[in-house]
Amino acid sequence: MKAAEFGYLRPGRMEEALQALAAGEGAAMPLAGGQSLMPMMNFRVAMPETLVDLAALAELRGIHDAGERVVIGAMTRWSELMASGLIAAEVPLLARALPEIAHPAIRNRGTIGGSVALADPAAEVPAVLLALAGVVVLRSLAGERRVAAGDFFLGHYETARAADELIVALEVPKARGLRHGFHEIGRRHGDFALAGAALAVAVEGARVMEARIALFGVADRALRATGAEAALRGAVLGDGTALDRAVAALAEIDFAGDIHASAPMRRHLAGVALRRAWAEGVA
Amino acid sequence: MTGMARLTCRVNGEEVRAEVPVRRNLLDFLRNDLGLTGSHAGCEHGVCGACTILVDGVTVRGCLMLAVQAEGAEVVTVEGLAESGRSAALAAAFTARNALQCGFCTPGMIASALEYIDGGGGPDRAAIRAHLSGNYCRCTGYQAVVDAVCDVIGGAAK
Repeated sequence: MKAAEFGYLRPGRMEEALQALAAGEGAAMPLAGGQSLMPMMNFRVAMPETLVDLAALAELRGIHDAGERVVIGAMTRWSELMASGLIAAEVPLLARALPEIAHPAIRNRGTIGGSVALADPAAEVPAVLLALAGVVVLRSLAGERRVAAGDFFLGHYETARAADELIVALEVPKARGLRHGFHEIGRRHGDFALAGAALAVAVEGARVMEARIALFGVADRALRATGAEAALRGAVLGDGTALDRAVAALAEIDFAGDIHASAPMRRHLAGVALRRAWAEGVA
Repeated sequence: MTGMARLTCRVNGEEVRAEVPVRRNLLDFLRNDLGLTGSHAGCEHGVCGACTILVDGVTVRGCLMLAVQAEGAEVVTVEGLAESGRSAALAAAFTARNALQCGFCTPGMIASALEYIDGGGGPDRAAIRAHLSGNYCRCTGYQAVVDAVCDVIGGAAK
């Protein structure tokens, strides 16, 4: 299948890109890495009138150390993140998740901003941003605003980004002292997740002070498992009953069922993913 | 909206100048406009890997890139890999190991395998499988493909 007709712009300045998005009144779409948008256009699920290719906007690329935070340009590609010593050292949960994303040829083109903008419920990085309390930086002609990841992912491919806004960067607090775990269950490596868990856990001595647990591939969007987090808060490491209670608390989530996995199966797999992520990085 | 654009890039070492519809993907441009039919069109939504080519030295899906996005880029297809001799060892190993039957996936396999080998990848069967995980083969069951890649790398496979 081929994409329908569209107009194509490759602005060299941010201002031009923002003007094009504003002028498009919802019918102009940013083109980042194109690794999801192109298939959606070929299937004609997406039929933008205008594509605004962000490739020439150098300011959208790169990974920067900003003291307490790491700032990742929206057009930074997965392969660039995987090669980054800064990400490996300061955002190890993201580094852990990156090899699980698609396949090498996709990671050579796909971008972190594109994935966040699409908000596929099975994508890894929205859950990583939720677990790490990341921030999405958006810009429009009206200026810049920062939206917490917890307020950004609203539903199935639905986000807080307005049509005239561009994601320019993702900000992630450095994960100093946090333990992290990640586990994804799919039929094959690189396939869409049937269930996955991303954890960032603060531990003092042998006690869990705070557990941030984000799930993906299980519902209409990546989401925090707040009941499970509560069950683990204050738990002593090695106390299996706290983990059992956390897994039981996943019942509060409205699991999605489709041809790939029924809702009860996803609930089961989410518990398995949580246990394995916990065992990998926390317990 | 007619949507035509001028494109200048290098394909297999030669400069190419063309006027292309902006909706044409790079794979169709290579196959239909330039006659380079070695890159195969399988699924056209980025799943099968038969259209895997090298753009600026790294593997990409030809079907998930617009031709106009290749502006200024260095594109290498399986024809270019064969002409330059870069894929000679892999081609010989694929033949020796029966790592293809129908051959539809082979151009993409060669591009992905070459990226793994040139990136310093070792004869680690699990790592090779992971790197080739985005290239589907419906004939071989992959065993022979991994054998061939290991042969080119040399050393004891693990």
